[in-house]
Amino acid sequence: MDKSYRAVMSRKNEIMKSSVGIDYSEFERDGIVFDYEELMTKTAPDISEVAEIQKEAGVGCTPLVELKNISRLVRSHAKKGHGAHIFVKDEAASLSGSFKDRRASLSMYVAKDRGFDGVIAATSGNYGAAVASQAARRGLKCIVLQETFDSRGMGQPEILEKGRACESYGAEVIQLSVGPELFYYLLRLLEETGFFNASLYTPYGIAGVETLGTEIVNQCREQLGRDPDHVVVTHAGGGNLTGTSRGLKKAGADKCKIIAASVELTGLHMASDTDFNKKSFTTGHTGFGVPFAVAPDRSDVPRNAARPLRYMDKYVLVTQGEVFFATEILARLEGMQRGPAGNTSLAAAIALARELPEDEVMVVQETEYTGAGKAPSAQLTFAKNQGIEVMRGDPRKLDSPGERIVIPQDFSQFSYKEIPMNRLRTSYLKRLLTEGKESFTDQEMQFLSEELHTDSWTIKRIIEEESRNG
Amino acid sequence: MKAVKGQWVQILAEVLSPSNRAENIPEDTKKVPYVMRVKGYLEDSEASIGDAVTIKTVIGRRLDGELIQIEPSYTHDFGSHVPELSDAGQMISALYRSLKEEGHSDG
Repeated sequence: MDKSYRAVMSRKNEIMKSSVGIDYSEFERDGIVFDYEELMTKTAPDISEVAEIQKEAGVGCTPLVELKNISRLVRSHAKKGHGAHIFVKDEAASLSGSFKDRRASLSMYVAKDRGFDGVIAATSGNYGAAVASQAARRGLKCIVLQETFDSRGMGQPEILEKGRACESYGAEVIQLSVGPELFYYLLRLLEETGFFNASLYTPYGIAGVETLGTEIVNQCREQLGRDPDHVVVTHAGGGNLTGTSRGLKKAGADKCKIIAASVELTGLHMASDTDFNKKSFTTGHTGFGVPFAVAPDRSDVPRNAARPLRYMDKYVLVTQGEVFFATEILARLEGMQRGPAGNTSLAAAIALARELPEDEVMVVQETEYTGAGKAPSAQLTFAKNQGIEVMRGDPRKLDSPGERIVIPQDFSQFSYKEIPMNRLRTSYLKRLLTEGKESFTDQEMQFLSEELHTDSWTIKRIIEEESRNG
Repeated sequence: MKAVKGQWVQILAEVLSPSNRAENIPEDTKKVPYVMRVKGYLEDSEASIGDAVTIKTVIGRRLDGELIQIEPSYTHDFGSHVPELSDAGQMISALYRSLKEEGHSDG
């Protein structure tokens, strides 16, 4: 069989169908419409069954910890009557050290149930370790593909650590150089091995996170007698935000605001060999967060079950230096050594909580394990060795991704940059217009208002503006 | 130093040559081949660094490539002391202690 780039990519649909076990065409409707809810309900188990599967897999039920000292410091820097109470869902307590166990546990259950001999995941993140860990529990062979090295053979320390973790669970780790061809090699391996595609973006990968949302609501009700007012999510590929939000809604926390937070890495090209090791964050950043929000279906499955724009109420960006600082504060004031990438939402929460009334509850919905390669000292040492300046100062004024990391001079310098929701909606719609879409049926408008989490009047206004400009 | 059959080694193999890489990738990336590094047990009876070899991975797949490391170790670490970070940490600890001393209410 022809294994060239072009040939393998042209067999994408068949490879996906047999390796994921879902016929996505079943959920396609007229025009741009597909039935997202039907895709979710017909392919993935319902949430009570998911909780049972996860219980058996040793996943979930992590503690919700009040960050009393951080909240107190926030209040001392807020105007009178302000400074929301911050809580964190300690997902680092999960088996392989992150919330990704929730996603992997369901995928591995399905893979085993359908009789696959092994699984493959293409991920440089904590998901690799989660898949390897859950595969180990179910006796499945496991291959993890990671984008690890630049062309000099220099490995990103955080990804080297994630590779080590996968190997410790008995997985075969394929460490690749920089490039989007990771997807090509995934397809090639799926075809060669006949293994299950443990994609992050299948309905299993998303339904597995829903329990995180329901647990937050139940724990808030038990511990505080109320629902959370705000949940802050570190946003990259969109699965974390989508799954958590769906869970919050399923538990009835309808008024809870969902805030996405990413690390600002604007200016660094995600597929650039030279930019690769200038990043001190390998996930949770704008390089994934923005494209996955505005073009979710450009993923490794025909229809992405992670659709963050459907649920997002606000999108804020923080800097690398602020997240390292938040990581240091979490260890120093709360005795929790975690992250750092998962602490992106914590850095945002510190800035956001200051503006909110003091009786409100803000939940940072994950932490992740830390260690060699991941710890701030590891990443900052590596950054310095790559010629990046590390300094103290005001990140809002001095931050420059790839050139300078700025750790705040004082606590009041935690802040955020907001990406207006309508700018994201415009990007989503612009793509459809550039692809030649000229008019939308009533069903398509209905679909778009669900996709973009807004009314059809706003959508029409954006389309009109874009048509005039373009 | 030579590796012998069954020893834990790492290989490097080209997945795509520069001319066969995806379109629409940055110039710097397009200039270099797409390569992979994989670890496994050496299948050849013996080999030196730079030799073309076959390995068997932990899940039993056979792969070919250039031998680049014998008994590779993990070298990533916690990094050096980072003064900017530890100063920031000291500042926060001091700030929190000063709150306690001033006796701010717990809200």
